[in-house]
Amino acid sequence: MIEEAPRLMHEMSIAGSMLEAVRAEAARHNAHVLAVGVKIGELAGVDSESLLFCFDALVQDTDLAPLSLQIERLPWRNRCRQCAQDFAVQEYRTECPQCGSPDTEAAGGQELEFAYMEIEET
Amino acid sequence: MTRVPLERKVLNENDRLAADLRQAFLRYGTRCVNLISSPGSGKTMLLERTLESFEPGRRVAVLTGDIQTDNDAQRLARYGFPVRQITTGGACHLDARMVTQALAEWQPDAIDLLLIENVGNLVCPTSYDLGEEARVVLLSVTEGEDKPLKYPATFHRADLVVLNKVDLLPYVPFRMELAREYIRRVQPDAEIVEVSSTTGVGLDAWRRWLDAKASVEQTFGSGRPLDRALQGPL
Repeated sequence: MIEEAPRLMHEMSIAGSMLEAVRAEAARHNAHVLAVGVKIGELAGVDSESLLFCFDALVQDTDLAPLSLQIERLPWRNRCRQCAQDFAVQEYRTECPQCGSPDTEAAGGQELEFAYMEIEET
Repeated sequence: MTRVPLERKVLNENDRLAADLRQAFLRYGTRCVNLISSPGSGKTMLLERTLESFEPGRRVAVLTGDIQTDNDAQRLARYGFPVRQITTGGACHLDARMVTQALAEWQPDAIDLLLIENVGNLVCPTSYDLGEEARVVLLSVTEGEDKPLKYPATFHRADLVVLNKVDLLPYVPFRMELAREYIRRVQPDAEIVEVSSTTGVGLDAWRRWLDAKASVEQTFGSGRPLDRALQGPL
């Protein structure tokens, strides 16, 4: 069972949650799912390679195989509280590149979301 | 082959349980704080000093998470407040389901302050909302001041950063101003306190922060009743 898989990496738990969702969606669409696409922000605390490793390990030898995981990484973005500029944070520089204010807040990068599935009707 | 949109969060089951917990905490006026750090940063000892400083009868409870052993619960139970160990048996983080289950046998309206000591790990607990009102990240001065830059996802979600073991500053090459600068870069809104659980330095500031958390005016949530949120089927 997915829930009983060892979870010493949290990517294993996350991969398990993904498979539960895929299984439910496959049943809902009455289809075989070939691929699932996810968006993962730079601040999500999730390593892509670990996630792919765990995902493949959990999928193999199940009825969901073959199933591929397609990961889109999203950058860390902040928004300036003074001038509302939305910008990608690079090299931990969180001050506003437009007006120079240090007063900025997170606007993106924590995503851990599904985006799409590629399915084949059965 | 057809591509169909699938717009939902990956951890939406955890998020749903955490939202139920948060609503229950609001309803009963329980302030919940989630403590996260590397193993050995001093979470348990800070909690020991904290419990020791509370007057008897203070309505405080502790959940403490570890992969194995109930050593921490045994340490914390000496102070006379309710403590429950969550042994994850392998998982590197607590999740909302574990917290829900651990709380099921307690009367939630009898707890004003719930302290949750997460599994010692600076990465994995980050993604898992436990319904907490505030998240505290501990960083001890023996770990190096660049931890906020190495683990930005964790520090980015911190409401308070406790710079711990400051009594050791004379013996380690830890640059306090640099640590503060790195925390500010990753999360400018995080409050910072410098603490030594050994000497007691800074514990007053930590207590003031906790007490401020605990005295925020009670707000009532609406929606799923608490008995279902805390004790219903998962």
